[in-house]
Amino acid sequence: MATTTLFTLHLCRFGQSFSKKLFSTSPSSDTLLNPHHVTFHHKLRRPNSSSVPAFFRRFSAVAAASTSGEANYDGIGTADEKYDVIVVGGGHAGCEAALASARLGARTLLLTLNIDRIAWQPCNPAVGGPAKSQLVHEVDALGGEIGKIADRCYLQKRVLNVSRGPAVRALRAQTDKREYAMQMKSVVESTPNLSIREAMVTDILLGKNDNVEGVCTFFGMKFYAPSVVLTTGTFMSGKIWVGRTSMPAGRAGESASHGLTENLQRLGFETDRLKTGTPARVDIRTVDFSGLEPQHGDKEVSWFSFDPDVHIEREQMCCYLTRTTGRTHQIIRDNLHETPTYGGWVEAKGPRYCPSIEDKIVRFQDKESHQIFLEPEGRSVPELYVQGFSTGLPERLQLPLLRTLPGLENCSMLRPAYAVEYDYLPAHQCARSLMTKKIQGLFFSGQINGTTGYEEAAAQGIISGINAARYADGKQLIVLERESSYIGTLIDDLVTKDLREPYRMLTSRSEHRLLLRSDNADSRLTPLAHEIGLIDDRRWKLYQEKQARISEEKKRLRSVRISGGDLAAEVSRVSGQPVRDSSTLESLLKKPHMQYGILDEHGFGNIELSRIEKECVEIDIKYEGFILRQQSQLQQMVTQQHRQLPEDLDYHMITTLSIEAREKLSKVRPQTIGQASRVGGVSPADITALLIVLEANRRKAQEQSRYKIMNAMRAKALEEEVPEVSCTETVSS
Amino acid sequence: MLRASEKPNAVMAHLPALRVLLRHINCLIPPPRTSMPALCTIRATCHFLLLSPKPRKLHATATSKGPENHALLLNRDERVARNVTPSDVVEKGSTIAAIVTSLGGPPAAVGIVRLSGPSAVSVAGRVFRPAKRSKNNDWKPTSHVVEYGVVLDSEGNVIDEVLAVPMLAPKSYTREDVVEIQCHGSEVCLRRVLRTCLEAGATLAQPGEFTLRAFLNGRLDLSQAENVGRLITAKSVAAADAALAGIQGGFSSLVRSLRMQCIELLTEIEARLDFEDEMPPLDLNIIMDKIHSMSQDVESALEAENYDRLLQSGLQIAIVGRPNVGKSSLLNAWSKSERAIVTEIAGTTRDVIEASVSVNGIPITLLDTAGIRDTDDVVEKIGVERSEAVARGADLIIMTVSAVEGWTSEDTKLLERIQSAKSSTGSLIPVILAVNKIDCNPRAETDWDRGCQSHDIFSKRVFTCAVTGQGLQDLERAVLELVGLDAIPSGGRQWTVNQRQCEQLVRTKEALERLQSSIKEELPLDFWTIDLRDAALSLGQISGEDISEEVLSNIFGKFCIGK
Repeated sequence: MATTTLFTLHLCRFGQSFSKKLFSTSPSSDTLLNPHHVTFHHKLRRPNSSSVPAFFRRFSAVAAASTSGEANYDGIGTADEKYDVIVVGGGHAGCEAALASARLGARTLLLTLNIDRIAWQPCNPAVGGPAKSQLVHEVDALGGEIGKIADRCYLQKRVLNVSRGPAVRALRAQTDKREYAMQMKSVVESTPNLSIREAMVTDILLGKNDNVEGVCTFFGMKFYAPSVVLTTGTFMSGKIWVGRTSMPAGRAGESASHGLTENLQRLGFETDRLKTGTPARVDIRTVDFSGLEPQHGDKEVSWFSFDPDVHIEREQMCCYLTRTTGRTHQIIRDNLHETPTYGGWVEAKGPRYCPSIEDKIVRFQDKESHQIFLEPEGRSVPELYVQGFSTGLPERLQLPLLRTLPGLENCSMLRPAYAVEYDYLPAHQCARSLMTKKIQGLFFSGQINGTTGYEEAAAQGIISGINAARYADGKQLIVLERESSYIGTLIDDLVTKDLREPYRMLTSRSEHRLLLRSDNADSRLTPLAHEIGLIDDRRWKLYQEKQARISEEKKRLRSVRISGGDLAAEVSRVSGQPVRDSSTLESLLKKPHMQYGILDEHGFGNIELSRIEKECVEIDIKYEGFILRQQSQLQQMVTQQHRQLPEDLDYHMITTLSIEAREKLSKVRPQTIGQASRVGGVSPADITALLIVLEANRRKAQEQSRYKIMNAMRAKALEEEVPEVSCTETVSS
Repeated sequence: MLRASEKPNAVMAHLPALRVLLRHINCLIPPPRTSMPALCTIRATCHFLLLSPKPRKLHATATSKGPENHALLLNRDERVARNVTPSDVVEKGSTIAAIVTSLGGPPAAVGIVRLSGPSAVSVAGRVFRPAKRSKNNDWKPTSHVVEYGVVLDSEGNVIDEVLAVPMLAPKSYTREDVVEIQCHGSEVCLRRVLRTCLEAGATLAQPGEFTLRAFLNGRLDLSQAENVGRLITAKSVAAADAALAGIQGGFSSLVRSLRMQCIELLTEIEARLDFEDEMPPLDLNIIMDKIHSMSQDVESALEAENYDRLLQSGLQIAIVGRPNVGKSSLLNAWSKSERAIVTEIAGTTRDVIEASVSVNGIPITLLDTAGIRDTDDVVEKIGVERSEAVARGADLIIMTVSAVEGWTSEDTKLLERIQSAKSSTGSLIPVILAVNKIDCNPRAETDWDRGCQSHDIFSKRVFTCAVTGQGLQDLERAVLELVGLDAIPSGGRQWTVNQRQCEQLVRTKEALERLQSSIKEELPLDFWTIDLRDAALSLGQISGEDISEEVLSNIFGKFCIGK
């Protein structure tokens, strides 16, 4: 098996030249894939000698289950069962993983429990929102699918946090859940190199060197591949709860997958349990919207994808706002003992950031009312999603509870709210490539790593898909550094922090978010995606043209000067600051409250630029000082934080570390100092101690080599002295 | 034949051993550093004193005592050279020893040899015999109980009569087992005891290594560790108090609380970015107030930097003036000494005379100078030149005039000379006008103001009488005001800030200022977090909570570790 090394993306530069710089300094530049000639070397992953018995064993297993004569079929279809990459699970992580892998040229098999549920949105049919939208933009910049599908299937789009700064501005789309799943399914079905099959995977097949060889299904099928991506979602030993009643299921009406947890545990993986929930759906025809506050979509629609091909506007639907009432709170308080959390029969932890309505009422007792959003789930379905109203109350109480909300007094319920409990594998067992540390070639993505959300799943999916394909091809794995992207931040958090509740992406999780904006996701990540072969020539050309236009425009704004006139008058009125004669347009744009739109109004804008491009120009110029400052902050951290920790460092021997830090660091085994500092239970003092140990070791090694040289010199000197001594001897004797 | 072959062998063995010793010396004396803290310098000298006699002794024994003895000594050193690799020397678990009281001055009554490390007790047990117990038993001391006894060398001879103070881990300076042996204070005693400890298995401590271990073991944070160096080199009581306050964490806790405030504010703002709906809106006034009070705390911490610099380096004050206006009398009166010769003859003082005084804990060096005038006397001429040189180099000038004679044209000329000297260096040295001999012409006080107005070069004016001591307090006050320390309480007991900490404080201050202007300019909420984070980062660096390259190199520069 080819040994793979990590290929790390450092965020050393931003903008267009960023990736070129990155790759030119990388020792692996010559080994990178040429996107035009994606070829996979089909080496036999297992030595011939071992593959024969493996087939034989499979054969004999089948033989034991049925009658005779199967040997005749053995030759037929065996080739189909060997792949480069197997992706287990067809949700948002699985789809991105399978698509990325297949697009990189790897023969990929997507195994899912139910082909009709590919890319299902079992909870809120919405994509984006604060921090999550950045993930979607980044996945799109890497050549992923989630942004495009959301752009194609939106019911409504809104940009949130408009006034809070360009880094936290967030696009959110309400999507048509049926259409979304159909679109994604057809993309998956039509992608070359990608096969789909219904199956319940129950075991992982291992090779001799703790490497993965394939998977085994419930019905005894074995599929072989050197890379396997597990995206089990809520299905692994899933159990759904409504009130006190539970049944094994991954989602309402879909059976859970059993047996895989035990087999993973047998391989030495640590597993734990998480829970999440989804609110009730009501019949849109039974809701009285007349008294409710409508929430319309933006007039000017924004897009997740950087690909203008999917920028096709469609009619938007309206969402509505209602609120909990005193009666709602009363019913919940009276029946708290009936909920799983407060009744105490479900112990798994739910997402703090997406609390059930009973959690909100218990935790914020002084708040008299909570906002509830009513969101349509599709153009052709009558279902209405009641956002912010998930509950663990028994079904008999759910309708009365819904009917306490203004507008829903006469509603009828289509589906009850329920909670789901499932197994996950704390992600410190993965490296930042998302490959498990224990088993080579085995990758985890999505809720199995303890996250929540379609966007988080997709972000991990694309990384594990890329790396699974690269691993199968014997290439270096790719790691996105924390500072490079929200995806990097997400994965770094997952693998270093010992998370025990569902992880949701938040803007505050990213320390350098001003550099990780949605508008520059393409200039941060698309060059990398192009280098590895996920961005085709058409998109690459579009990308380069866009960047050229932006930099041209910035140059123009720096050179064009104005003196007096309407524009100057308006700028000084808007900003409250005087405009000096012969000011550049750039300096005008930097003034408070000044926007590119004002340049447009006075004929000083550039009509060839798109709205998005103008926005990029405006942000780059207006916030230049802040961006530079944050870059220097980052640089300062990066030099220190990216210092590698030796893989064989024995933390237990470092007595200057606290006992807790020794244990945690031995468990997580971080790759860099920065990661070590983010491991829970590791204090700044521990990091100091660690840095000092590293530095002392370095100096020790230096001193030892110097000592060796001196020894050698002394030995030489002594040899030379020998004749002298013998000479003296002769004389004295 | 046999005897004859011994000689060359001894010679042959001698050479590498010497080389080894030389290597050790090179290794242990830190390379010269211009900005090396005094803490290191003292200890470095101590190593030098300790080691430099050794090779000389070797020569001495080689010639005087005979080959057997000599060979024994050499054998020991050879073993050291062959078996102890540098990796053993820097091993974490090693036990270190050093003389921790100062050497070089007149012998003190008591001196201390300190041992620290996991085998401190067993090493001490090998050299120390308590008065109460028999020789054979292992020494099992109770922590923090002083024991009386003697130190024996390897042959069992009593070297010194001592007190042993065991301080067992973690209740010790380094958080390791520490034994302090209080010996008689002469250098000979201390060296012999230290040598015995080294022979018993301890390693000689690197400069600052005890403090380093205290830092590494979490007993001190970085700024506390830095203050240890200051405490040791403190020149005045106030400086020592300030350093001690630093160790006890006065400054650290201020920085920690400021950093916590930054982080709390950051959390408040960031929570609103993610959960707008669920939180009450931000109160801008409260936030501005918080930031304002934080800026003020940083500001006052920065003032301490000035104080600190003065505490460490002191002030140089040059007293200049025409001949015979009473400069030397002023110096004598101020320093309460008869440092300068005072006569009625003009031009008595020919050279620069120094005297030390302490004002609010700040060490001040007074420089009495020759009266400045045009003269043909060769010696006096040189004296005048020196006076001018001193005036140029001083932090502050006191120009003395005589109240009896009033302001003369010569005074104007002299002032011009000082001014020209000033402009050549480009720096502005504040000048205090001291109108001396005020007792001889009391009316001058009222008359003078009119005359003085033309000379607004003077930062302050005081009336003094060197004979009665009148006006000296005014002079001190004027000095304090000019160096910006009038706000410091007379006791001067306050923590201090060093250069590295000061740089970070300035960064913090700038970040907070930018934050205030961002809020005023109504920049979006998210931008506030950038400068707030910058402030938190800078504050974290002061106490070493956020580790940067700078902090690391500081640690290694200060403690010479890892060699």
